[in-house]
Amino acid sequence: MADDYPKVDRVMGGASGWFSIALPAVLFLYFLGLVPQIAEAPQVRGIEWVPSLGIGLSVLLDGLSLTFALLITGIGTAVTLYSARYLGQHPDYPRFVAYLMMFMVGMLGLVLAGNLISLFVFWEVTTIASYLLIGFNADSAKSRRSALQALLVTGTGGLILLAGMIVLGTVAGSFELVDILSQGDMLREHPWYLAILLLFLAGAFTKSAQVPFHFWLPNAMAAPTPVSAYLHSATMVKGGVYLLARMNPGLGGTEAWFWILTLFGGVTAVFASVMALRQTDIKQVLAYTTLMALGTLTMFIGAGTHYAIMAAMLFLVVHSLYKAALFLMIGIVDHATGTRETGVLGGLSKAMPLTGLAAALAAVSMAGIPPMVGFIGKEFMYKAGLGLGGFGAIWVTVMIFAASVMMFVVAGIVAWKPFRGELRETPHAAHEGPWPMLAGPLGLGALSLIFGLFPGVLAHYFVGPATHAVFGEVREVHLYLWGGINMALILSLLTFLAGWLMYRRHEAIRHRLIRIEQGSRVNFDAGWDRVLDGLKALAAWQTRLIQTGNLQTYMAVIFASFTVLVGTTFLLRGGMGSGINYEADGVHPIQWTVLALIAMGAILATITSSRMTAVAALGVVGIGVALIFIMFSAPDVAITQLLVEVLVVVLVALVMLRLPHLPVRSASGFRAGHAAIAAAFGILSTLVMIAVLQTPFDRRLTDFFEIASWPEAHGRNIVNVILVDFRATDTFGEIVVVVMAAVGAYALLRGAPGAKPTPEDEEPVQVAAADKGEKV
Amino acid sequence: MQSLILTTATRLLVALLLVFSIYALLRGHNLPGGGFIGGLIGATGFILYVIATSVSDARSALRADPANIAMLGVGIAAFSGIMGAFAGDAFLTGQWLFLFAAEGEKGLPLSSVLVFDVGVYLAVFGGILTLVFAMEEEI
Repeated sequence: MADDYPKVDRVMGGASGWFSIALPAVLFLYFLGLVPQIAEAPQVRGIEWVPSLGIGLSVLLDGLSLTFALLITGIGTAVTLYSARYLGQHPDYPRFVAYLMMFMVGMLGLVLAGNLISLFVFWEVTTIASYLLIGFNADSAKSRRSALQALLVTGTGGLILLAGMIVLGTVAGSFELVDILSQGDMLREHPWYLAILLLFLAGAFTKSAQVPFHFWLPNAMAAPTPVSAYLHSATMVKGGVYLLARMNPGLGGTEAWFWILTLFGGVTAVFASVMALRQTDIKQVLAYTTLMALGTLTMFIGAGTHYAIMAAMLFLVVHSLYKAALFLMIGIVDHATGTRETGVLGGLSKAMPLTGLAAALAAVSMAGIPPMVGFIGKEFMYKAGLGLGGFGAIWVTVMIFAASVMMFVVAGIVAWKPFRGELRETPHAAHEGPWPMLAGPLGLGALSLIFGLFPGVLAHYFVGPATHAVFGEVREVHLYLWGGINMALILSLLTFLAGWLMYRRHEAIRHRLIRIEQGSRVNFDAGWDRVLDGLKALAAWQTRLIQTGNLQTYMAVIFASFTVLVGTTFLLRGGMGSGINYEADGVHPIQWTVLALIAMGAILATITSSRMTAVAALGVVGIGVALIFIMFSAPDVAITQLLVEVLVVVLVALVMLRLPHLPVRSASGFRAGHAAIAAAFGILSTLVMIAVLQTPFDRRLTDFFEIASWPEAHGRNIVNVILVDFRATDTFGEIVVVVMAAVGAYALLRGAPGAKPTPEDEEPVQVAAADKGEKV
Repeated sequence: MQSLILTTATRLLVALLLVFSIYALLRGHNLPGGGFIGGLIGATGFILYVIATSVSDARSALRADPANIAMLGVGIAAFSGIMGAFAGDAFLTGQWLFLFAAEGEKGLPLSSVLVFDVGVYLAVFGGILTLVFAMEEEI
């Protein structure tokens, strides 16, 4: 894809490119400066946003959020530097930068938010930015479908999460994370605990692509490679993991938490690492290994011991470093050779030595070989797994062993096989990548080595504080490369052995897996399509049922349901009670005259066979009502009523003049039915009005406006002062509605019937599916 | 439909209605009137013009597309709401300026409330004319 667009002459993406590199770099340095301070004590800062609802833009800075913030800005810098070269000449590159920056802001907000509601808002920002970035190549039906799929899966999860947050906030009495997390014991005992937990997990599992919601993540690889490296390996998909880690002090530590997280996480980790072996496209291989990492993190957060949390935080950093490097590396290879297929690539280390070095650094860490930090990560995962009690220890250790073996194999597939042996024939001749693209993967790879050699830095500044934040109490965190001969080391050696044996046979294993997959009837992606089709069919069915398109039916249904619902309530609440006076005394003769006019207009409207007469008769009714308003000293309402009435008559007359002269439907049953509905509605309204007007009138609001109107709003016309000052927000909403209605009607009148979207010729089936999805 | 009497009367009436609509808008804060009523009166004037002549004449007399006028109205109303932010107040809090105010004399009151009412006027005026023009042209 790198070459098939018209290039725009820009150096490093022009102004937007430089901006996109500078912003995360500056933020990275800023957050780095905060590290020593935060390692000592977490901080909460913030401003109020909607104080009446307890929603604030508070910022929670502790080891966890700061580690995430550094990953977001640090990898962000590497990715933007890379993209400026990778996509800098793309005509839509500035748009890409806008999306990427939007994502970065959303992600930073997500991890730094100290309030559940603002966390949710940023959570959704990342979802939307991810949608826009996956669909960046909007010409391709495949990327549009993938983008929509990611949006719907994570967006649905987000809405469920919002429900969970509201329940949690209500139970805890605050939306501030600090307040919620300190009430862990109360929350775990609360009868709604399980509901809150399940709602939160639905959000976290969709975002972090746990089985069975995993299918969107491999599809999301339709995004440009820098996006995959940034969003779909190091940052966004870890949003769910972040949420789990963040909520651990408040919601974690129960049986339900332990088993749901370790089971789903373990299954995801092993399923994903098996699926990774089946792929031939290296980007897809990496996508599945990302799933494996997310499953592993979920599993260890679920396990919940101090060691397990520490292993999770360590692996979080380890994985982000090596995975982003590997994604960027495969982007360089793709850019240089034009392919990402494992079967085609070979011997690249001669043509691309620096890329090969970056790949090697990252892959050795991924395989968990010393002295890389990946080795420490794997050791501590084994230790944490073995340290659990009972069946949990066996489950977690077996899952992590299986996943680690396959990570070893995958490391061989993505970073050993393409680079060793003879240089193979590729679509383009292989050549070394430019420095802006190499800087990121080499830097990240180097960090994997540095942290492996000096694990104390990592422990003191990042893993330690993050573990404290997640675990909830301060304990010593000590990381080391060599821990003596113990069970974890023996398991590590077994991992290498098993991995090496499997790597030698990985081609055969892949063929076997492909055969199993073809024979299997479980296909999540196809299932997704069926769910969507079902939803659309349901929508079409209920639209046909309710939206008949017949105005007479609509009116009859509206008035009949109003009559039945209000009438039932009225009777049940004693609206016809004895205390109500139905005598009409004190009505002036002029008022009687106006009432008679209104009644005559109404009767004429129902019995006439001419539309024009009916409209005019209704006009009489409306103007009669306006007269009554004048009699009761409401000139503003009367003027409005009069003007609206005139306009309605004019508008309806305009339409009527041009309608063909249809015979009025006069089947006696039809008219009798409408007459009954109309009469019942009229009588009910009258009775309700009589009853309502006899209850004592609450003058508090009236008094307030009478007193406050002149001194506070400098106006003597209370109605207008209410409209434009006291309740101006309502009025603002109303004028927006007026304009929207007018524009909507305009579009309906102007819309050329029969205009259809032009079909695309590539991939006809998927285009149809994607188009249908987007038009809904 | 061409009627000499209507056409002739309309020339006078449209101008009168438009002036009256602005009068209603401006007096609205203390006496019956206001942006909503003013907008309706102004729209009535142009509807009369449409009936007496044609939509294309009305469009050229109006110069701007009524949909744009309506959007501008919403924009002005929103802007009047944001004016409060400069004083640190909530959205749509009225901001007042009393020009030439003296001891015991309020002076000329200028306010964001009036700006808001102008927005309402334009939104209603433009919204209704959008609808009427489209109906006249398309049906």
